[in-house]
Amino acid sequence: MKLSDKELEIIEILEKDARTPIDVLAKMVDLPVEETEVLVKKLEEAKVIVQYTALIDWRKADGREGVTAMIDVKVTPKRGVGFDEVAERIYRFPEVKSVYLMSGAYDLSVVIEGRSMAEIAQFVSEKLSTLDSVISTTTHFILKKYKHDGIVFDQGDQDRRIVVSP
Amino acid sequence: MKPQTRKKYVSKTVAGLKPSGIRRFFDLASSMDGVISLGVGEPDFVTSWSIREASILSLEQGYTSYTANAGLLELRQEIAAYLRRKFHVDYCPETEIFVTVGASQAIDLALRAIINPGDEVIIVEPSFVAYEPLVVLAGGKPVAVHTSGEDKFQLNPVHLERAITERTKAVIICSPNNPTGTVLSPAELEAIARLAEAYDLLVVADEIYAELTYEGVYMSMAAVSGMRERTILISGFSKGFAMTGWRLGFAAAPEEILQAMLKIHQYAMMCAPTMAQYGALEALRNGERDVVEMRNSYRRRRNYFVASLNEIGLPCHLPGGAFYAFPSIKPTGLTSEQFAERLLIEEKVAVVPGNVFGQSGEGYIRCSYASSLEQLQEAIKRMKRFLARL
Repeated sequence: MKLSDKELEIIEILEKDARTPIDVLAKMVDLPVEETEVLVKKLEEAKVIVQYTALIDWRKADGREGVTAMIDVKVTPKRGVGFDEVAERIYRFPEVKSVYLMSGAYDLSVVIEGRSMAEIAQFVSEKLSTLDSVISTTTHFILKKYKHDGIVFDQGDQDRRIVVSP
Repeated sequence: MKPQTRKKYVSKTVAGLKPSGIRRFFDLASSMDGVISLGVGEPDFVTSWSIREASILSLEQGYTSYTANAGLLELRQEIAAYLRRKFHVDYCPETEIFVTVGASQAIDLALRAIINPGDEVIIVEPSFVAYEPLVVLAGGKPVAVHTSGEDKFQLNPVHLERAITERTKAVIICSPNNPTGTVLSPAELEAIARLAEAYDLLVVADEIYAELTYEGVYMSMAAVSGMRERTILISGFSKGFAMTGWRLGFAAAPEEILQAMLKIHQYAMMCAPTMAQYGALEALRNGERDVVEMRNSYRRRRNYFVASLNEIGLPCHLPGGAFYAFPSIKPTGLTSEQFAERLLIEEKVAVVPGNVFGQSGEGYIRCSYASSLEQLQEAIKRMKRFLARL
């Protein structure tokens, strides 16, 4: 889908802050509110805007344990469907947060979330490794998230500028 | 000796300079908590990491000595390439460009290098607060040409011509303008150029905000036909590259004029800070992407902020560049100073009264929109409340 300049501008703004009020958004892109609403709706319907989510720092949510692992997966591609079929078999599991086809030493990069290391270990040994096309897996547990999707988690956002300057 | 009597040691010229109107607001705003400041004349972005990293690397490698008076040749070559690429003007990096301590120093040097005692220098107002005192300090006589909000602060060549006398040496222009955000159109530049030629004037072109132009292609004074000869082009890294604290600018001019400026620079300053020059080198080589992103961000905030000002009853033209909105507060019946002071005390929003930028700024306030969108929204809310109470 070929986007207009205004549409591109809208998704750039919403990608940074999905909660930008529609009247503010309209002013920023210099369009009437109604017209902006129509464009946003259109982008939603075309699934250019897939979803609006919140970026959570789960470390600050006490009482909710969780671990994230990145798993390098080597697979045998299948004639006709390549990697797509096995990728689909993997991403259907709800605990799988993302699946990417990679260049380089392995084929699929799988991000998975679980309540404990044991739970992830169980998933890898029982669900993932046992798939026909999977040749090997290497599991890396994430110890700490510093930056995610361009956002630094512990960013001191204080303004260091002097209050009035020429 | 009483402290008061020590004042006699201060030179008459300096004693005669009027205190900066900004200073008073700075002191007032600094003493209060919870102030949203739209009074800041600098980007709200921290310098890109790649630039900071390059500067840190230069320190690690021990590049801590002086550079050539004119600055690193490598940097001057990059500046020459940048000026050619961006503004289609050609300067020789060896003889026609040098690196200064901010664009401010370049303006000071330009004025000192060209002014004979009593020479007149025309300043287009409202203007950046430093031009007038710098002309005075250089021994010249500042002459104001006024522009008005009704014309969106565009320069009327007739007014400019009327201000020219046989003592006129130069005209200082600033485009995009601080505080009005107005960008001189090609036609205005052309008109200034023809007057400069007719009356044999120099133009000191402060183009520090050139990177922050939101519509169309920026045209440099030096790119106007015949004007390379007569222009002292001044720019720097502070605004476009968000490097205010680095204090790094540059000047480009025909060799005879530039070398005169450099002569003062070598005695008064030696050279611009070395670590800052290494940062600037990275800025010119790899900084374009960040500049574009910052510019887009300012443009969106400008659109939001100016539309909102008009909505709450402060008429404001859409500024073509910089990051200032310069709305009229005339509908309120207050003076700029009264408006700014009451807004600060009653609603804790700091703006700069327009009159500090010259008489033609009276009736206006300067609001910087280089603040987060949340802050701008909150400021609009408070200003609306303030206006409703008046």
